Amino acid sequence: MITKTKPNNLLVTPGVETYTLTYREAVREAMREAMLRDERVFLMGEDVGNYGGCFAVSMGMLEEFGPMRVRDTPLSESGFTGAGIGAALNGMRPIVEVMTCNFSLLAMDQIVNNAATILHMSGGLFNVPLVIRTATGGGKQLAAQHSHSWEGWYAHVPGLKVIAPATVEDARCMLWTALEDPNPVMIFENSLLYNLKGEIPVDPQPIDIDKARIRRYGDDISIITFGRSLFKVLDAAEILAEEGIECEVIDLRSLRPLDDETYIDSVVKTNRALVVDEGWKSVGISAEISARIMEQAFYDLDMPVERVCGVEVPIPYAKHMEEASLPQVEDIAAAVRRMVDHG
Amino acid sequence: MKTNLTLPEMTVEIDREHGLHLLHQMLRIRRFEEKSAELYTQQKIRGFLHLYIGEEAVAVGVMENLDPDDNVLATYREHGQALARGVSMGAVMAEMYGKQEGCARGRGGSMHLFDKETRFFGGNAIVGGHLPLAVGMALADKMRGDNRVTCIFFGDGAVAEGEFHEALNLSALWDLPVLFVCENNRYGMGTALELSHSVTDLAAKAAAYGMAAASVNGMDVLAMHAAAREAVTAIRHGGSPWFIEARTYRFRAHSMFDAELYREKTEVEEWKGLDPIQSLIRTLKERDLITDDDINQLELMVGIEVDEGVRFAEDGTWEPVEDLERFVYWEEAVA
Repeated sequence: MITKTKPNNLLVTPGVETYTLTYREAVREAMREAMLRDERVFLMGEDVGNYGGCFAVSMGMLEEFGPMRVRDTPLSESGFTGAGIGAALNGMRPIVEVMTCNFSLLAMDQIVNNAATILHMSGGLFNVPLVIRTATGGGKQLAAQHSHSWEGWYAHVPGLKVIAPATVEDARCMLWTALEDPNPVMIFENSLLYNLKGEIPVDPQPIDIDKARIRRYGDDISIITFGRSLFKVLDAAEILAEEGIECEVIDLRSLRPLDDETYIDSVVKTNRALVVDEGWKSVGISAEISARIMEQAFYDLDMPVERVCGVEVPIPYAKHMEEASLPQVEDIAAAVRRMVDHG
Repeated sequence: MKTNLTLPEMTVEIDREHGLHLLHQMLRIRRFEEKSAELYTQQKIRGFLHLYIGEEAVAVGVMENLDPDDNVLATYREHGQALARGVSMGAVMAEMYGKQEGCARGRGGSMHLFDKETRFFGGNAIVGGHLPLAVGMALADKMRGDNRVTCIFFGDGAVAEGEFHEALNLSALWDLPVLFVCENNRYGMGTALELSHSVTDLAAKAAAYGMAAASVNGMDVLAMHAAAREAVTAIRHGGSPWFIEARTYRFRAHSMFDAELYREKTEVEEWKGLDPIQSLIRTLKERDLITDDDINQLELMVGIEVDEGVRFAEDGTWEPVEDLERFVYWEEAVA
């Protein structure tokens, strides 16, 4: 569950007038704004219209924009994702919603073999300005076909951009930038964040989709994470602060491209790095981050990079087993204590 | 709605000019591909090379009915479609050489020909993977109110893919202006139609999605032309998708690596008796529309065009290796 921590750096532009809304509302507001600003934008996916979205993100949009621009699709992930790519090739700016990233694997051919390659295969002639939104992550006892985090697979692919907004402000403000991007952008929304409440500026402005953000400053260790894990890390940092350990918390925000500069600079300062990811360790995002730190900051490290990640098992149903399979606040805090004591 | 329409063969009205034009287009593809095979053995062209020889009537018959602003998507066996659509022979040949003067800068090769001017969207080499793209392109046109037709070519192999069924359902459900042209050459690589499909009547599968579907003699360019004309006219006026199954045959191997163990030589010879180019010549002569001189004249023109295409490719240049990582993401300067 989302905890009550008040992290200290969740707004990109602190100091402006703000108001509170949920992550779900933020995504909806972002889509509404895009539809109002640009008639080429439309939303397409399973149950996005009459049902209001599986996670109620697009609730009310069918009534506001009509069935031409809020399109319920059949259960044809490959078909409608490919149709989104075709529409993007032909001048539109589609938002394709894939209910969860587990189902996106049915559209992986379209995403990897078409969206990611057409610009290159055509020698730069045809680009695919498509946004795919999809829910990711475990923690709701939905077992092994509805709980996995597949963002690492897509982040492997040249030609795609992959982002993971964790804060309400990012959920509100990264979509427009993604839609303006001439390349295919995948947005991974952790489904446990939809009820998260947060502050956003009264007059939200589009913000970058390729830079990491330091969400909490500290000198003892750099913790690099993204998505829902950000809040677990911030909770751990709060606990550790009371023990006198100051963590620097880096929210990657973009998984492809990776903003090396931000987390490498932090590691150079703290000399310790912990990577936290719900996804599996093997050949995953945490492995990539760890390798890059080794390549770019090896001599600044006081000790090996460590990782707290999803246990390498398909996510189980039973609550205690599911919790054990995902990184928890106490796992993160324990790893940090071990590393700081060691160093 | 028409289902399983089989058009009468070789009874279509035709005049001399149109007959010569169709013959010219088919000869361009035939001679270009014969030269390509030769260049492949000389290792000027590498990778996969899938020849269209025997199937020329399908691309030529259909393409004649499209407007310059329509969208065309094809498979990895697409030299014929690209040439019939108007992509220059030199740009296609240079692409197969891997030269940067190629229509995709040498990044695509034989299987991935692209051209902006003629709205030629590949050259797609995942069987069935381009069908959903056609649906989306037609959806974009419909949403904007553009009166374009999206024409997509694919093979009998694609009909077994899930993406075929998803795409046909979507296009019929949403009434989208797509012309689906299934080039049924009887083999998905080396596996016969009967070994791949529980129901081998492919038009019946399209009809099941509630769209007009016709089976046409794909060895007869006049029949193909007439069927496509009817389909394109109906799509442009009504907006709903059509499906044409073109029954055709490839005379050459699947690719240059194929020993053709899966079909009898006698079968190939039988189909060669239906050669679409020879059939058209016979028809035009029977109707006293052309002479041998006309054919010689066309061959001469085509020979010159092929030679010039090869010269263009030979004279082409290699993209600098420093550019390797370009075109992964959009560069404004390229647009």
